Amino acid sequence: MSFQGFRRDDGTVGTRNHLLVVSTVVCANQVARNVAGSVENAVHITHPMGCGHLGADFMRVLSTLAGFGRNPNVAAALVVGLGCENMQAKLVADEIAKSKKPVRYINIQDEGGTLKATRRGIEILLELSREASQYEREKCDLSELILGLQCGGSDATSGLASNPAVGVAADKVVEAGGTVILPEATEWIGAEHLLAKRAVSQEVGEKIYATVDKYIKKALQIGIDIRGAQPTPGNIEGGITTIEEKSLGTICKAGNSPIQGVLQYAEKPPGKGLYLMDEPGLDIESITGLAAAGSQLIVFTTGRGTPTGSPIAPVIKVTANHNTYQKMSDNIDIDVSTLLQGKETLQQAGERILKEIQKVATGKQTKAETLKNREFAIYRAWEHMV
Amino acid sequence: MSKAIVMDPKDNVATVVQDIEQGTSVTVTVGDQTREVRVKRRIPFGHKFALSKISKGERVIKYGEVIGFATQPIDVGEHVHVHNVESVYTEEVIKERREKE
Repeated sequence: MSFQGFRRDDGTVGTRNHLLVVSTVVCANQVARNVAGSVENAVHITHPMGCGHLGADFMRVLSTLAGFGRNPNVAAALVVGLGCENMQAKLVADEIAKSKKPVRYINIQDEGGTLKATRRGIEILLELSREASQYEREKCDLSELILGLQCGGSDATSGLASNPAVGVAADKVVEAGGTVILPEATEWIGAEHLLAKRAVSQEVGEKIYATVDKYIKKALQIGIDIRGAQPTPGNIEGGITTIEEKSLGTICKAGNSPIQGVLQYAEKPPGKGLYLMDEPGLDIESITGLAAAGSQLIVFTTGRGTPTGSPIAPVIKVTANHNTYQKMSDNIDIDVSTLLQGKETLQQAGERILKEIQKVATGKQTKAETLKNREFAIYRAWEHMV
Repeated sequence: MSKAIVMDPKDNVATVVQDIEQGTSVTVTVGDQTREVRVKRRIPFGHKFALSKISKGERVIKYGEVIGFATQPIDVGEHVHVHNVESVYTEEVIKERREKE
């Protein structure tokens, strides 16, 4: 199985050929926007962070910004800093340069203010744009793909149809030698023993338990038991019998492959196969972590519908709620309500999703891309603020 | 037309995707094979029925994984829910963690 992608100098393969402008600090956001807005096909990431970070928090922001730059969907990157912040532009650029792609940086204080920095930034980005335009799509194996998974705005149809159908596609990506990442650690609760059983080693199994325990304990510190009373009376009325079944309804979108490891947020998978990612499951923070980990494509299941997209990774929306598909047809790419109508089997729906993955990987625009949904948010709260 | 989904070939339950009246024969696809199961009572949308006989204490499998164990014998086509299934979560997790310590 294959798709047409952009081969990068470090051997990785992109499904897109973006020019990325990275703001390292909130103070540089406007210049980053100015520069990206002036150059065709450029995207930018801006955020309220970049200064005063300590220890793990510093590494979290650095790995996310650098991971975005290293993602193979990015052909070349420009890093824009203010100059005095602790998330130094040169450091971020050096981290991105490890992927051997063209990367440059500027500081607003060095350039002499917003207008001069904007002008210099545009000059550099135009040069990078000419370099990036030389990449051409070529035949690439599906084993080059890192598929990210996420669900949001879920409803009863998610666990019944859209998640299991995506699970079929995820298993096929792994069978083809590719990589899949499942985040949303708070939704493993109740099924962690089942995930641990699928771990390739005892060490990985213990890491799964430790990750779930971390979230349970952190919440207990502020007096909240996030296990709650699961499943809820509404769940039971809807047919969900146990907490295992409820959690499996979410994690089944990753299929049944063995679990190779638990990644830190924004960490690139060290090998092929299915990986979990330690992340609490907030939509934008989650897809940001997936893209920073190198995902070139994300599949997102929804019941109620959501417009979410990423600045650099195409996000394919899948729903099994036909009403939502009709109401939000400008946001949702695939309707698998056919499963609930008995018009399609799980296997057929999974194969349809896999075909769409190949098409989008080859360049077909997702609805989120055509609508310019380019959300970006870095996950910090659970680690650093509780 | 299939009115029930089997998530994984290992499953011993199917989930219905529309309300099914008592005594109805339902066609289910398990892996590559199709079979018929007559449901013993009315099964509401989103609920499960047994694809095979499940003995007391035996594991109930959905999504290819254990979702609980039967608290009483369950016949083919019987409604599978909180009245005849209990979670293994607490028991199993505590046991496994104890073994590690």
